[in-house]
Order: sequence, then C-alpha cells, then structure tokens
Amino acid sequence: MKILVPVKRVVDYNVKVRVKADGTGVDIANVKMSMNPFDEIAVEEAVRLKEAGIATEVVAVSCGVAAFQETIRAAMAIGADRGILVETDVELQPLAVAKLLKALCDKEQPTVVICGKQAIDDDSNQTGQMLAALMGWPQATFASKMALGDAGGQMRATVTREIDGGLETLEIKLPAVVTTDLRLNEPRYATLPNIMKAKKKPLETVKPADLGVDVAPRLATLKVAEPPKRSAGVRVADVAQLVDKLKNEAKVI
Amino acid sequence: MQRESMEFDVLIVGGGPAGLAAAIRLKQLANEKGTELSVCLIEKAAEIGAHILSGAVMDPRALNELIPDWKEQGAPVTTAVTEDRVIFLNETGGRKVPNGLLPDCFLNHGNYIVRLGNVAKWLGEQAEALGVEVYPGFAGAEILYDETGAVKGVATGDMGVTREGEQGPAYQPGMELHAKYTLFAEGCRGHLGKQLEAKFNLRDGVDPQTYGIGLKELWEVPAERHEPGVVVHTTGWPLPSDTYGGGFVYHLEDNLVAIGYVVGLNYTNPHLSPFEEFQRYKTHPEIRKYLEGGKRLAYGARAIAAGGLQSQPKLVFPGGALIGDDAGFLNAARIKGSHAAIKSGALAAEAAFEAVTAERQRDKLAAFPEAFKSSWLYEELHKTRNFKPYMKKGLWMGSLLFGFDQKVLKGKAPWTLHNSSDHDKLKPAAECPKIDYPKPDGVLTFDRLSSVFLSNTNHEEDQPCHLQLKDASVPIAVNLAKYDAPEQRYCPAGVYEIVRDESGQNARLQINAQNCVHCKTCDIKDPTQNINWVVPQGGEGPIYQGM
Repeated sequence: MKILVPVKRVVDYNVKVRVKADGTGVDIANVKMSMNPFDEIAVEEAVRLKEAGIATEVVAVSCGVAAFQETIRAAMAIGADRGILVETDVELQPLAVAKLLKALCDKEQPTVVICGKQAIDDDSNQTGQMLAALMGWPQATFASKMALGDAGGQMRATVTREIDGGLETLEIKLPAVVTTDLRLNEPRYATLPNIMKAKKKPLETVKPADLGVDVAPRLATLKVAEPPKRSAGVRVADVAQLVDKLKNEAKVI
Repeated sequence: MQRESMEFDVLIVGGGPAGLAAAIRLKQLANEKGTELSVCLIEKAAEIGAHILSGAVMDPRALNELIPDWKEQGAPVTTAVTEDRVIFLNETGGRKVPNGLLPDCFLNHGNYIVRLGNVAKWLGEQAEALGVEVYPGFAGAEILYDETGAVKGVATGDMGVTREGEQGPAYQPGMELHAKYTLFAEGCRGHLGKQLEAKFNLRDGVDPQTYGIGLKELWEVPAERHEPGVVVHTTGWPLPSDTYGGGFVYHLEDNLVAIGYVVGLNYTNPHLSPFEEFQRYKTHPEIRKYLEGGKRLAYGARAIAAGGLQSQPKLVFPGGALIGDDAGFLNAARIKGSHAAIKSGALAAEAAFEAVTAERQRDKLAAFPEAFKSSWLYEELHKTRNFKPYMKKGLWMGSLLFGFDQKVLKGKAPWTLHNSSDHDKLKPAAECPKIDYPKPDGVLTFDRLSSVFLSNTNHEEDQPCHLQLKDASVPIAVNLAKYDAPEQRYCPAGVYEIVRDESGQNARLQINAQNCVHCKTCDIKDPTQNINWVVPQGGEGPIYQGM
C-alpha cells in the first residue's frame, strides 16, 4: 500500500510574522521556514503505518519554489521513502494545489492520501477536501485517530474525527483522503542519522506543465493588515459596575 | 539505546562566521588540490544564522580573502559605511568627537553595516555548495575523547528526555560525530570551550577573559529619519563613568536601524540592569531622534568576549582548536569581531587541511597559532590590546589614555596591561546605590517579556533545565542575601525570577529556562560561578531573523 503525503513549507510557528509595509502580504525574506505542523503529523502517521507493516511506501510531495525541497527532505528524515516536488514560482492557491495533487495521484495511484487539515500560513482548510472531490474519493477530515483494515476484500479506513461536543467515527472505503488534526500523534524528532540518510533518498522534480495543470491564481489578495492594536482596558470597581458596562456600554448582555 | 557514530576528517561545532569560514576554507583547499575531505558542521540553532546576534559593522578584509568575489556571489553585505559619529552623551545632550581626533580603530571607512545573521546564512549556503555537510538543529552536547585523551569529536544531545532526566516517549539518543580534528566555534563562552580550557589548561599563563553583554533591537524607521551607511557610537550616559559600556546606532538598508547597547560585565553595582540601561538609552534626544515614529521588529542579546590578546586561551589541544569568539578573537577597541572570526576560522582550516593531508590526526595543530602570530589579525589585535584595561580606569581617563596610546604611540606601547575576571567584581547590594529605572512606555521602551517575545525563542518545557545550579542553596543564601539576586537584572530575557509566597516569605529562585536567548551572561556574571549554562535540545532557543 502506497501513502501519499502532501507537505507545505510555511513560516515557522515560533516566528512572529510581519506584514509588509505596502500591505501586499507577509514579509518572508530571510524568515525561518519549516514544515506545516499538521503536515508533520500526516508524515508521522504515514510512517507509523509503514512501520506497522500496513503501508509499503510513503511518498512526500510538495508544490512550490525550489526551496520546498528542504521540506520534502524533512519529511524523508521522519521516514518518507521518496519525494516529488512540483516546482513553480507561481503563487499557489488551494484549488491549484488540489489539481496538482490529483495529477500526482493519477500517476502514483496511492491507496491513501494523508494531509494536514490546514496550513498555518493561509489557514484555508480546503486542499484535502478539494482533492477528494476532484478524485471522487471519500474523505475523513480532522482525524484524531485512524486505522486501516481489510473488511471483506475491501480496504477501509476507520477514522475518529473531533467534532463539536465529542468524537465521530467514520468508516470509509479506500482509496481516500484523510486530513489530520493536532491530536492524531506527536511527530518524532528527526534524528541526525535520519537527516543524513534523507539526503540520499530519491527526490523527483516536475513542473505543473508536465502534469498538464493550469496553476494560475483565481483569487486576488486585496490587502493584508495586522490586527488592530488592543486598546487599554479599564478597571471596574465592582460586579455591579461590570454588569452595567456590559449591558449599557458594550451592549452584550 | 546505542548512539550511532560517524567519521569525518574535520568536524566543526558552531555555524557562525568562524565555523563557516573554516568549513569553506577546508573545502576550497580540498577542491583546489583535488583531494577528498569530509567536513561536517553542526549548529544548535534551528537554522544557520538564527543564533547570531551582532551589531554589526563588518571589516570585509577577511571575507575578501576567503571569498574574493563575494559581491558577485550575492553576499548580503551591501551597505557601505558613509559616516562615523562618535558621541559622548550626558543626560540631556551630547558632544561629538571630531573625526580627526579619533584613533584609526574607530573609523569605519571601507567597512559595511550588515545583519550578521544574514551573512552567516549566506556563508552556510556557500559552505553547502562546496560540499560541507551542514546540520543546523543539533547542539554539540558532549566532548568525546579517545584513549590517549585527545578530542575525537562531540556527541549531539539526546532529544525527548523529560524534566526529571528520564527517557520520554519521544526519546531519541544523540549521535557521535568523530573526526581527525574538531574545531570549536561556539562563540563567546562556549560551554564546550569552557570544558576544553579546563581539561587542557588552556588558560594557564593568560589573563582571565573579560566580557560584555550586548543587547540589540532592530527597528524599521520612517524614511526621513533613515540615513543609510551612518554609524553612531556613543559612550557616557546612561552609565556612570566608572562603568564600561556604550551604545550604537547603525543605519542599515531598507529603512532598518540596528540599535544596541553593550555593558561591561565587570560592573560593580548589583542593582544595575543592562536591559533597562538599554531601554532608557533609547530615550536620549540624540538617540530617540532616529527611532521616533518607527517600529521595533526584533530583540535579542549576546555576551561578547572583550579581553583581546591578553585573555586569549591557547588555541590548540590534541585533536582540535578553538576559533572565533570561542577563543576571544573579538577586537573590543574596533567594536567588531566578525572579520577576526572569519580569519581565525580560515587559519585553523589551513592548519587542519595540511595535517589531514599529511595523514596526521588528533595531534596539536601547532601551525594554527603560528600562522595567527604572523598574520595581520595578530598585528591588529596587538595594536589595540590595551583598550579594555585602559577603560577600567573610567571613561574619561580610559579614553584619554587609549587615545594617547593609539594616536601618539600607534599602539606600540612597550607595556601590556592586564585583564581580570568579571564575576567577582560585584559589591554587596547594601553598599551600592539603587537605580530607579523609568517604566517602559510601550512605544520607545519596553519590558523584558514583550522583548523576549520578539526573539522568537522557544524551548520544550519537558526537558532537564539547561541552566544548572551547582549548589541549589546559593541563589538565596548568597545571591539574594548579599547581592539582591543580580541574575534578575543581568539576564536580558527574564529567565531568573525570585518568587515568594503570599506572605512575602520563603523566597526561591524560579528559572524560566524556556525564555533563554542563549546569551551566556549568567554563566559569566554569577558571583560564585554557581550557574552552568549547558545546551538545551538542538534547534531551540531564539530564532533571530538577521540580527
């Protein structure tokens, strides 16, 4: 069984981002980039399935500029077997990525695609769902637990999802798309020997045109701004004053 | 679990200018001679450059030698110095020193204002392109010795060890990296360098090292306040004249201004807070004029070694060498050290290459100190060797004496003055005046925590504390009782906190290790040397973006 794991290169979660002075976006020049944390969980899950003898191969894929190779290498250091980079300088939006991933799925024929539920830079939470729709595959999003098994000759995934007020367990036929939530697993530390080995794993580069996909953006960013500064609070004398302010000034109760 | 190991010809611990220059020089020589040479470099920061913090005005001399076509190779060294301003500040104004009176070492014509973290990142790319194996995110945690007692490499730290020292669920053992020669380039007060100095008696016959703490912020300022290429150095206010220190304002490219403050760690008043001195420094009319209307983008701090030649340990020992600020190559009088770091790395690399080519291993690289002694770097450091000792005589007398030494004697004074250690200089708190620092305004001046936030620092909480106390009773029984717990003030990141119970009793020291920005000041200044800084898990600490 082959598992395909899409990984995205985003600004490291420890870094405080800064909006460019002209409001066109976030300044990422010289900023530390890392693998999207939800994608790291996806890679970890796929590698655990391989270590458990269920999967036979884990392929990490990414779409973006040449530097995205580093992110694929990071996935290989966790345990992915090989990588594919769809290299482009074009700004990629979720639909374009989903189409690229569809083309890769057509080529690679994975049994499961495990992706992060969303990327921490644009927070779109769309790519996995769009990919499932384009493939005509079942999907299980926000997985906090997943198991793969064979039921009557049909491979199935049993996926526990975190929903409001509880957990929902789905059983879906494979091939399928699963997107990961935070509690699915805790990714391992990439060890130095594994990082060294990852450097020698095969990494193939293709262009969107090779896959016959038009990646031109369909959405235009009008303006990016920092959240307004929080104004100073006031100290209230007692509960009565607080209730009064909430009722009459804030008008929330 | 058994640690894996791997063999290299040369291992370099630390990816700053010194370590990267050494790596680059080694591969250049190997490529020129057509020989195979495996070079591995590890760096504790999450990426190359992320733990680098410097002013910085860079003298390109060493870079010119190492990578003559650095301009064509796209080095982020673009803002040439256009003007030097040296100002003696008093509380309300300042007096600019006419440039004709400045010793040569204070003049920066031909130098560049750089973001040294970006330079390191670029050097890292050059090193990788030459075939150096560069591994950020891994700290050299332990020195490994062979059966003859020579250094045979280092081990990276274990990951996933719990606070109690047990192996947690994510435990991964470190890796042993063995080499014919290991070059230590950890920067000022390297925690392995410290062990090497003790093990091989590298400090015998030299002065103690003397240090400063440098604090820095990066600002984006309105275009009309920005004067690219201008270098401002100040001394005087807010420090009293018996305390060594000064500030800098460097106008970079893109409306960016680097502003910083250095305080000599031989200060005597335990009430002094370098962080708050820096904050109020920015309120001086001569300084705030550059910043008003601007926005603070980044903050960080790092200790610097300022002792110069007299305080330099022996550079070599069986199996390796100390390079860069791990050996105190900084030139305090010139307020710069990156050129010295690069040069020292390149010289050590040449010695190591020659030794490996001659099929030697794990002996002393005697050719390195010899080459240093006949280099321009030695001449430069020798000329300004008396700067720091003169400055011990106070700002005015020190400046006068150093000026005479440089302008009249041309640095060729027949005497060499001595340095002494910093940690034993504090006077009891009761004998010193308290300092009333103004409250931060949130616009120009800030508190520690909002500052540390901008260093992007992060540490896994469930790991052994990387700030070790040799004796857990000392922080209260000695530091608090006698010096009013100076670590609360000299730590630029709010790591050390004295907390008491509700009745204000039972004081204890709380160590917020996750705030640590790896500046090493506590390891240097703790009055009884009770604090030992060791590396936390690799990849942690600040994430500076071109500081």
